Parts: sequence; structure tokens; C-alpha cells
Amino acid sequence: MSAADETRSDRLLVIIPAFNEEASLPAVLDELYATLPAIDVVVIDDGSLDRTADVARAGGAAALRLPYNLGIGGALRTGFRYGVDHGYRRAVQFDADGQHDPGEVAALVRPLADGADLVIGSRFADAESDYEVGRVRRRAMRVLGITVRVLSGQVFTDTSSGFRAFGPDALDLFARSYPAEYMESVEALVMACASGLRVAEVPVRMRTRAGGQPSTRSFRLAYHYVRLLLVVLVTKRRAPLREATP
Amino acid sequence: MSPRAHIFVFLVTVGALVFILRLVRRRQLRAKYAMLWVSVGSVLAVLATFPVLANRAATLAGVDYQPAALLFGAVAFLFLLVVHFSWELSRLEDRSRTVAEELAMLRHRLEQVEGSDGTDDETTSPPARTPEPGSAQSD
Repeated sequence: MSAADETRSDRLLVIIPAFNEEASLPAVLDELYATLPAIDVVVIDDGSLDRTADVARAGGAAALRLPYNLGIGGALRTGFRYGVDHGYRRAVQFDADGQHDPGEVAALVRPLADGADLVIGSRFADAESDYEVGRVRRRAMRVLGITVRVLSGQVFTDTSSGFRAFGPDALDLFARSYPAEYMESVEALVMACASGLRVAEVPVRMRTRAGGQPSTRSFRLAYHYVRLLLVVLVTKRRAPLREATP
Repeated sequence: MSPRAHIFVFLVTVGALVFILRLVRRRQLRAKYAMLWVSVGSVLAVLATFPVLANRAATLAGVDYQPAALLFGAVAFLFLLVVHFSWELSRLEDRSRTVAEELAMLRHRLEQVEGSDGTDDETTSPPARTPEPGSAQSD
């Protein structure tokens, strides 16, 4: 087993949480493998009612089937634990709906080599970005960005991006605890800052969602914003897991 | 309190106590909750039998309007209980989430072991990009 761990420590694990994605998953997997030769893919089937797990397996990925729907946060933590258990030291979080471009993975992973623990692919860091979001959503994202900036002392242009890369320390942290509720990506970012992880942001291009609407209504967004605010305030007062590197 | 009301309250309290004891005997309540409810039931039964006691306790605490003391006690007790349940529920949710994750990983491991007959560990690693024998080629 140790020989396998040895090779896996340099390999990149792509973690894809998927809920009822049998339609888009095959193309996403094909494109991933075609673009990036030296990767392993794990698909976490988050209690899907369709054949997501079968499709993932047929597409060459490892498929973890959750017995019921845990939400993206739960699916992701399963992926992180899988990664840590199997000796991976780098991982990328990737969408199953074709929103993310495999061609951007290399750019996303690059800062890990320079000592970053968590890399966020930002839709807005770049002027040439043409990613469209609704007005309410954009405003909510901006307020979140300001909140995170005040509490973490770091500037992020895209706090809720689901296109991220993780180094060994981030994997360890998130395999132990990863937020479970909606907008977990923002919460995870705050956790990473509070734990003294080095967080970097790189501009990435994203495609507009292939199918389906972003499932957010403004009142739901408002509720989760307030919840998040509370979480953020509490997190800040928790003792850091390790000292921040100066 | 009229004697009739007195008897009515007493009967209701005793009924509640019997109900709790039955739950306990059938082992449908965890011991800690059983103890809690049995003691609450007993206190209520005593108070229902001797309402004077409640009034005296209220006067001792400096409450002028005695029923208010009883209501305050009840609200405070229920509030603490509900907070405790929320805490317990959060913990249980956390645990069931961990169990679900563990199950997904074990299931995957099992599929791997069954797929490769458990002979060579190398073949059980995920990167092999060949469809597993179980997945039928439908197209």
C-alpha cells in the first residue's frame, strides 16, 4: 500500500460532488481526463436518484455513493476524507455541471507549489471575466466579500467560488471539519483564514451554467447571509488551529 | 380551588406519571430522560395534591401573585429543555453525517475488493480508467 501512497502523494485528486448529474457528468469526466493526464477523479454521489454513480464509474472515476443527500458541504468533506485516507496531498474541487473549465486547473494548482494552502478560482478577479450573475446575487456576494475582508484581513473578490485547490494542510483541516450548510464555501474560507492557512486567489474563466437555474431566491439568500454572519463572528473567536505564518 | 378542579388536576398529573412510567418500562425512553420526567411528574403530583405548597414557595421567593411563579418556573424549565434538545439534535446530525460518509467510503472499498477478487492491491486503486465489469455497456 505504501508504494501506491508514494505515487499518489504527487498526483492530483479532482473531487466532484454530484447530485442528479448523470446527464452532464460523462462530458465533464471526458474533458477532465483529456485535458489533464495525471489526475485521479472521485465523484461523490450525494444521494442522487438517477444513475450518477454508475455514470461516474463508467467514466473512469471512483464513485462514492452517500446513502442520502448531505448537501455540497457533506459531499465535499467525504471527498476530502477520501483524499486524506488515500494519501493525496493536493486536490481540486470541481463542478459536475460543466461550469468549470479543466483548462484552468493547472493555473489553479500552481500557487500550491509556492506555499499556498488554499487557492480560490475567482470569477471576478480578472477584468476580462464575462461571468454573469443576477443583481441580487452579485450584491450579496459583494457584501460577503466585504464581511470576509473585515474579519480575515484579506481581500477576496470571489468568496463563494466552488472552483478551489487544496494543499495538504487544507485537506487535513477540511477532512476533519467542513461546513455542511448552504454557502459552505464562504464558511470554509473563513475557517481557513481563522486556522492560519495561506489562501491565494487566481482569476479563472467560468462558463455560464449549462443547465438549470442557480437555486437561490433572495429571501433564502438573506437568511443564509445572516446565518453566515453569525458563523463568521463565532469563528473569529475560536482559537486558531495553528499560528498564522508571518 | 374547588374540590372538583382539585381532583381533576390530580387525576391528570397521575395519568401523565403513569404514561411516563409505562414508556420507561417498555424501554422507549433513555434512562436520563426517564429520570427527568419521573421527577417532574412526581413534583407535579405533589403540588397537585397540596396546592398550598406551591403558594408557600412563591411567597418565600417574594412573588406577590403566586400563579406567576408557577408559570415562570414552567417556561424556564421548558426553555432549558428545548435548548438542550437543539444541542443534542445538532450533535446527532453531525454524527449521522459522519456515519453516512463512512458508509460511502466502505461501500466504495467493498466494490473495489469484489471487483478485483482482492488479489492485488495495485488493481484496486481508483485511477484505472477502464469500466468496471459490473457496468454494462448499454450504448
